[in-house]
Amino acid sequence: MDNKNKKDYSQYAVVMEQIVKKFPGVLANDHVDLFVKRGEIHAIVGENGAGKTTLMSQLYGLINPNSGKIYINGVETRIKNPNDAIAAKIGMVHQHFMLVDRLSVVENVVLGMEPSHGPFFAIDVARKQIRELSEKFGLYVDPDAIIEDLPVGAQQRVEIIKVLYRGAEILILDEPTAVLTPQETDELFDVLRSLKAQGKTIILITHKLHEVMAVTDSVTVMRLGKVTGVVKTKDTNPKELARMMVGRDVLLRVEKDKAKVGDKILEIEKLEVNENRGLRAVNGVSFSVHKGEIVGIAGVAGNGQSELVEAITGLRKVESGKVIFKDVDITNFSPKKHREMGMGHIPEDRLKRGLVTAFPIYYNFILGKHDDPKFCDGSFLKIQDIKKFSEELVKEFDVRPPLINILGANLSGGNQQKVIIAREIAFEPDFLVVSQPTRGLDIGAIEFIHKTIISMRDKGIGVLLISMELEEIFSLSDRILVMYEGKIMGEVRPEETSTEEVGMMMTGHRLEDLRSQETQEV
Amino acid sequence: MSKLKKFYMNDKIISPLIAIVISFIIAAIVMILIGKNPATAYGALFYGAFGTEGALINNIMKATPLILTGLAVGFGFRAGLFNIGANGQLIIGALLATYVGSQMQTFPFYLSIPLMLVVGMLGGALWGALAGWLKAARGAHEVITTIMLNYIAVFIANYVVNGPFQAPGGVPKSPEIAYSARFPNLVTTGATWLSAGIFVALAAVVVVYIIIEKTKTGYEVKAVGFNPYAAEYGGISISKNVVLAMAISGALAGLAGTMQVMGVYYRYLGSLGGSMGFDGITIALIGQNDPIGIAFAAFLISSIRAGSNQMQIAGVSKNIVIIIQGIIIFLVAANRLVKTLMVWKRKGVEEI
Repeated sequence: MDNKNKKDYSQYAVVMEQIVKKFPGVLANDHVDLFVKRGEIHAIVGENGAGKTTLMSQLYGLINPNSGKIYINGVETRIKNPNDAIAAKIGMVHQHFMLVDRLSVVENVVLGMEPSHGPFFAIDVARKQIRELSEKFGLYVDPDAIIEDLPVGAQQRVEIIKVLYRGAEILILDEPTAVLTPQETDELFDVLRSLKAQGKTIILITHKLHEVMAVTDSVTVMRLGKVTGVVKTKDTNPKELARMMVGRDVLLRVEKDKAKVGDKILEIEKLEVNENRGLRAVNGVSFSVHKGEIVGIAGVAGNGQSELVEAITGLRKVESGKVIFKDVDITNFSPKKHREMGMGHIPEDRLKRGLVTAFPIYYNFILGKHDDPKFCDGSFLKIQDIKKFSEELVKEFDVRPPLINILGANLSGGNQQKVIIAREIAFEPDFLVVSQPTRGLDIGAIEFIHKTIISMRDKGIGVLLISMELEEIFSLSDRILVMYEGKIMGEVRPEETSTEEVGMMMTGHRLEDLRSQETQEV
Repeated sequence: MSKLKKFYMNDKIISPLIAIVISFIIAAIVMILIGKNPATAYGALFYGAFGTEGALINNIMKATPLILTGLAVGFGFRAGLFNIGANGQLIIGALLATYVGSQMQTFPFYLSIPLMLVVGMLGGALWGALAGWLKAARGAHEVITTIMLNYIAVFIANYVVNGPFQAPGGVPKSPEIAYSARFPNLVTTGATWLSAGIFVALAAVVVVYIIIEKTKTGYEVKAVGFNPYAAEYGGISISKNVVLAMAISGALAGLAGTMQVMGVYYRYLGSLGGSMGFDGITIALIGQNDPIGIAFAAFLISSIRAGSNQMQIAGVSKNIVIIIQGIIIFLVAANRLVKTLMVWKRKGVEEI
């Protein structure tokens, strides 16, 4: 063994040294080194499957490394489980919140370590402690609010308070902005800066490069389980980071020509749709889409976009209003009829809607067209023809591995999405509803999907794009509609607006109000 | 890896096989603990199932309806439906077939035999489709409705064979069906005979296999079973396929009952249903809902049952077979456990 004294890690809050983690068939972390200085915001970036979350899960004790060492504040520490991590003053805010929806903020924060007066829960003590924490770090939230009544951004603040309440000095945040609006993201960044100012150390897992540039001090880039770069944020740029992440040059913003807008293909008139509990989710929405253009619908998740898409594609009942497609009123037609008329749909949830994961790929390629004479002679499937068709699609869309017998479940997210897109495009639709096409995908796959969507548009197909990612909306859309609580807040062109303006609309401000305010201020 | 080796390494085949082996080992341990010799017992079991011509015939006759109820439940599972009502469907199918069969004294066999089969399937299909319709139209869960429909079927049958359709003699049984509506006996040994029913059951295996693997119906039913949301998205009607799958499942169960009428009792008996519908659940589980697997699983169950009497004679309680059956089901149902054991083993090999 080498001399322990040689290593002086005392200036680092976290050092992970030569971490190796094997999963069956994959080396998730291949001799990874991570150095995080005390009091800095350190980003870990990389594509899906690069090993970021695996690495952090080991720091938080959710899983244990096969080999390697962890030093906390310069002292070698064994972290076998989250209790060890909490004892070492490490806290983790997960991507999916771990809150009890029906309990109040106070109750959630102290859960498991409630202060007490004798046998009684000392809620007043807890409330006071939480107030102090939120004031100290700018984490504004009403301690007595019930979690389910809070917006997502506030729920996230509760998660952070929860971690701080347990005494964390080192905070790990896993993709914290995935669910936030631009304004909420800015608020979160303010909180992170204030935490940093008070000496906390923050590790941020993300794949959004502009966030890395905005808030972090240094960056560790990972690819395929290895560290491919360690840089100071001020010495780098998104292009360089993307290259380190993907291993080649990437177009961060897909280039496109001006749209050649054709005839109107879809017209939505005063559409009203309910969500599953019978409450109104889409509330009098009207708009139209023409051939050869991409209309983007921006909005925070849960503002009626999913219900709107389902109503347009025939998967959900329209309560009132009309869906007119190719001059035919198709309101409440069956999904099958929609497909027959030439409407394609790339659904938001590829596992729930888009694929039968227990089916092999060649069966998934014909979903929705399985009774087409090309694939079925009335009662029997033409399995040889289906396989041949699938072989061609797999090649054309570069699905990996290129095996048509593999089950849908055994493909990576990006390849699953490729299968769905290939299928919908192979049916040669005239109109395509594309919902959250790149959710959870990595940069390489996003680039491919964006290019494909643009090429569909250029072929004269009308595209309705729904996305929670503002960047995606801005880079693809020819027109942008913003949805909030089931209503359209306004329509803008990407070149005539800003993320701030769209962000304001996403939080419930009408475009005309915003624009009139501007003129007043001027 | 060669194709053959791949076939045998398939978890779908290997994990039930492991379950069967483990259950026989555990039952052997139980026998040793109670002071019996497992070798003698298993010898007797085997002899009782396959040792003589009569034993083999008895075994096959027991397997015939089990193959069909196994297919019935298995087909339901493929559509994501838990058909606990195979018993009720079997009873209704058998009852209707018996009635029709008793009215066909003047019919030639080439009319009456197909007619019996069709009516038996229709009766079961109707009873199954009823549960399917309740689910599709009202959202009533098929587990509840099929259990309820089982009771209704049992009481209808009891009423009918104790009243309007009772044979003279005061016993709860129907009149006999016409001779032309009976299966011919292929082999007769003493008091046992082999009817042609086994061929109907094996044909059903092939037909169900083709439906599931080769047809549009099979594609739709499986899509609904695996992922109803994706099926709906693909333009496949969930309601239609739920009703259809329950009807096909019921038809297979009805056919099982009809086999008993045409090949065994030649009439409807009060106890005709037995527990065959529920055995179908066991068999579908062991057979992994695969038609061919189900045929083998049905023979496994019929064999240990047919052999159990011989085992009793050899001095080991026949209830041992219930232990064997129970452990197999447990291990197949908990097949993650078996799979974990397999993964451990593979990992062990890798690490060495």
